[in-house]
Formats: sequence, C-alpha cells, structure tokens
Amino acid sequence: MPTIPTEPAIQVAGLRKSYRSRSGDQLVLDDVDLVVPAGTVTALLGANGAGKTTTVGVLSTLLAPDAGTVRVAGHDVVREADAVRASIGVTGQVTAVDELLTGAENLRLMVRLAHLGRAEGRERVAELLERFALTDAADKPVSTYSGGMRRKLDLAMTLVSAPAVVFLDEPTTGLDPRSRRTLWDEVRALVAAGTTILLTTQYLEEADQLADQVAVLHGGRVVAQGTPDELKRVHDAGTLDDVFLALTEPAAATPAETTTTDQEAVR
Amino acid sequence: MTAVAIPPTHPTLRPRPVSDVLTMLGRSLLRAVRYPALTVFLVVGPLVMLVLLVYVFGGAFGAGVAPGVTPGADGRAAYLAFIAPTLLVITVVGGATSVATSAAMDAAGGIMARFRTMAISSGSVLSGMVLGFLVQALVAVVLVLGAAFAMGYRPDAGPSDWLALVGLLVLLGLALNWLCVAMGLHARSVESASNLPMVLLLLPFLGSGFVPVDTMPGPVRWFAEHQPFTPVIDTARGLLAGGAGLDGATVVQAVAWCVVIGVAGYVWARSLYRRERRL
Ligand SMILES: Nc1ncnc2c1ncn2[C@@H]1O[C@H](COP(=O)(O)OP(=O)(O)OP(=O)(O)O)[C@@H](O)[C@H]1O
Ligand SMILES: [Mg+2]
Repeated sequence: MPTIPTEPAIQVAGLRKSYRSRSGDQLVLDDVDLVVPAGTVTALLGANGAGKTTTVGVLSTLLAPDAGTVRVAGHDVVREADAVRASIGVTGQVTAVDELLTGAENLRLMVRLAHLGRAEGRERVAELLERFALTDAADKPVSTYSGGMRRKLDLAMTLVSAPAVVFLDEPTTGLDPRSRRTLWDEVRALVAAGTTILLTTQYLEEADQLADQVAVLHGGRVVAQGTPDELKRVHDAGTLDDVFLALTEPAAATPAETTTTDQEAVR
Repeated sequence: MTAVAIPPTHPTLRPRPVSDVLTMLGRSLLRAVRYPALTVFLVVGPLVMLVLLVYVFGGAFGAGVAPGVTPGADGRAAYLAFIAPTLLVITVVGGATSVATSAAMDAAGGIMARFRTMAISSGSVLSGMVLGFLVQALVAVVLVLGAAFAMGYRPDAGPSDWLALVGLLVLLGLALNWLCVAMGLHARSVESASNLPMVLLLLPFLGSGFVPVDTMPGPVRWFAEHQPFTPVIDTARGLLAGGAGLDGATVVQAVAWCVVIGVAGYVWARSLYRRERRL
C-alpha cells in the first residue's frame, strides 16, 4: 500500500441517519461510505430526496448521525464538533444571509465571528466582494438583491474564514451562466490553494467539469464512486447523465427496499 | 476572471464568548436600526393603552385605586400614577414577544444553520438577540415614561429608587427574553412564534396591573396573588412612589420569579438551539 501523506479530508463509514416523525421513522441514509482526499473536489449526486442535503447536514455538524463514523478535517463530527466547525465552511441549499443587513455588513459579521484582525478582515471583504462581482451592491440591503446575488453573497460569506473543507449544497442553482463559470473558477482556485470541496449538484455537466471524483447516492447508499471518466467507462455511457440514469433507476432501488426491512430488523 | 483563492487556514481552537456575544449584539442592534418599525411598535402599544386607560377610564377608575380620590381630574391623575409602572413592565413584555418572532425568523431562514456550523461560542447567537431586544425595550421604556410625564405623571422616586427600577426592568427583560427566545425556537412557524408570548401580555391584567388585587373575586384573586407579574408590578410601583408601601417580601418575590423564569428560559433556549431542524 502506498504511503498516505495526509488523512483524507472527509471519511464517512457506515453512516446511518433517519428522521423521526409522528408518522414513523424515515430512513434516509442507510449505510453511506465516502472518502474525499484532501485538496480535491467531490461531487455528490443523487435524485431529489436521495439524501444529499442530509449527508451535508451530518458532515457539517447540523445533524447527529444515528450510526457510523464521520470524520471531517481530521476530527470526529460528534465528539469534536467544535474542531470540525473551525475547519469547515458551509453553503447550504437554503440561502443563509441576513436580509436586513447590507452585503458588506453580512461579510463583516463573518469576519468578526472568524476572529480575523481588522486590517485582514477589511482586505478579505473587499476581495470577496470583487471576486463575486458584488462591489457595486455592497452597501445595499440584501433584501434588494436578486436571487443569484444572494447566492453569491452566501458563497462569499462561507469563504471568509478560508475554511479547509467547504461544503456547497447545490451552489449554482439559480446562477446565470457567467456567475456559474465564476463559481467554477472559484472552486478550481480554492482547490489549487489546497481546499477540499464537497458539492452537490443536479447539473451533471458541472460535476464532469469540476469534480475529481463523483459519488452517486441512491437508496441510502453510495452506489458508485470514482472519477467521471471511470464511471462513464464502467457503465459504458457517453455522459454522466447516462451514468446517473442507469444508477438511479427506480427498479434498481433494491437497497431502498432492503433498508426498510433492515430497519424493522433493528427495531 | 483569474481567481486566486486564499489558502485554507488551520485555526487553533480558541473560544471567544465575550467577543462573539458582542458581535451578535451588534448584529441585533444593526437590525433594529434597519427596521425601526419594530421599536416604534414596541412604544405605540403601551402608549395607546396609556392614553386610552387614563383619558377614558381614568376619571372613574382613579377613585377605585386610591382612597379619598374624587372622580374626574383627580381620578385621572391617581389612575395615571397607578398604571404608569404597569405600562413600563408591559413595554418590557412587548420587547420579549418580538424576540420570539426574531428567533423564529432566524431559525426558519438559513442563517441560524450557518451560525451553528461555525466555531463560535454556542450561546452567542441567542445572547446577542436577548441583549439586543433588551436595549430596544429599554429605549421604548424611556419613551413610554416620557409620554407619561407629558400627561402629568410625577413619580416620587429618588436616585436609588430609579436605579433599583432600572435593575428590576433589566432583570425582568433578561428573564422574559430568554423565555421568549425559547418559545420562538419551539414554534413550528414564524407566524405562530408570538402566540405563546402573547399569553405573557395578558398576565398584568390578571394581576395588580390595572386594579388592586383585593377587588377581585376569590379564584381570580388567588391567581393574581400567586403569579409573577403581581410582585414585579408592585415592586415597580413602590419604587416609583419613592418606596412608599413597598415591603421586602414583595421585592424578594419579584426577583425570585425573574431568576426562575430566566434560568428556565435560558436552559430551554439553549437546548432548542442544537435541536435538529429541517435543512
Ligand atoms: N427534517 C426532516 N424531517 C423529516 N424528513 C426529512 C427531513 N429533512 C429531509 N427529510 C426527508 O429526507 C429525504 C432526503 O432529503 P434530502 O433533503 O437530504 O434530499 P436531497 O438529496 O438533498 O434532495 P434535493 O435534491 O431535492 O435537494 C427526503 O425524503 C426528505 O423528505
Ligand atoms: Mg438537497
């Protein structure tokens, strides 16, 4: 076995997660295994409701796993949640900005919470506004922003603390083609600088363009993991779209059926 | 665009609760400045009640709250002196109901989830809200007091009484704000977030807020004598009267209620903060 220079940025083994509600438990993640090497981009794919957001929630300490081990940036998400939080940045599927503040004020809030110095913080805010083409709107309240501008501000806020591991849940949904390219460039630059990125997307071309590695979530498990080219080769498909359609066919959803019985057995 | 990203940092863990609470307080106050309608709303409610109660009911009610007062102008003045302290307390309660809405809004939007993924002192998000609305409520209290002054209210409080009153209102505000933050986080939606706190606004009416407790029928009177707002309002009233008729037991009860409510609210709110929510 070759020597491993650094621990993978994300290590998930046997992750299980269900939501409890009055109408009974809903098992969403049955047995998820996922390894993301440091300094790479992994795209997490899956149909609507497959559990991508749930996975990001567990990895970002918002949801507690029911079983399995989850390590992010070298720390356990349950036992060392604060250490994980100090290393991550999260842009969730729901835009997380303060509507009443201006764009610049939102960024300055992140600067203060990241405990950055005054000068460093000012520089970082100016730089992020510039990179996301928000300089002109910086002093306007976010309530006047378009959806895409909010999304960009959300991303900029995530990057203020220069996190080692970044989670992006459908970051380009609602972005125009130019903004989408800007984000792709940003992701590539972050990775070049050593950041690890896990993103979810429904645009498979985006995964093809950006990701070093693709993981497909289906029936509560990662049913395929590899480089885009590997997956295309294995599934004899021309595009990731075809791979996705082959892997997530409802008929192929046997794991989902077994999960329910598994769950019954556990109870 | 050639993006050159900032290399990732590997932070050492250093919690900074004081700095984080101040940052969150700053956010809360900035929101208050950006949305002044809320502070105005905090003042308008008590103001309307004050004017209505004094000018419409006061002439007749005054005779009921102070022995030997004749209906009419004398009655109005007596009733104003009786309910002005109540309205200061009600202003603080109004502030607390707004905290509930604000907490529910943060929890419903993505911003609270964002804060929860950050390495910040975990109480700072809620503390900032509690303190921010306390400041807003105190500003509103000063304005309501100013209005009472304009209507002819002249309290007999000395400097130490004023100081004690400020202390009481701050303590009450902290207690109710923590309780209402918890109620806001507990609510299923932003719209329903202020339902539970509204009950708090009723309590001064079922206590010594607007009429003396001993004029009430048995069960109501029992409730009035044993609920938190009666000692709090009696203490505020006594302090504003320069300590006249204020006994130590009432003050102790008022403080004890605030401490109990505050601690319970704090513990409840902190446990709800980490509760799993829809992402
Ligand atoms: N808080 C919750 N309580 C109960 N069920 C939930 C909750 N959150 C998500 N679910 C359910 O869990 C499943 C997975 O949801 P999740 O949001 O993780 O999917 P997703 O892959 O991100 O989907 P999408 O592509 O639509 O964003 C869905 O069936 C959803 O209804
Ligand atoms: Mg999702």
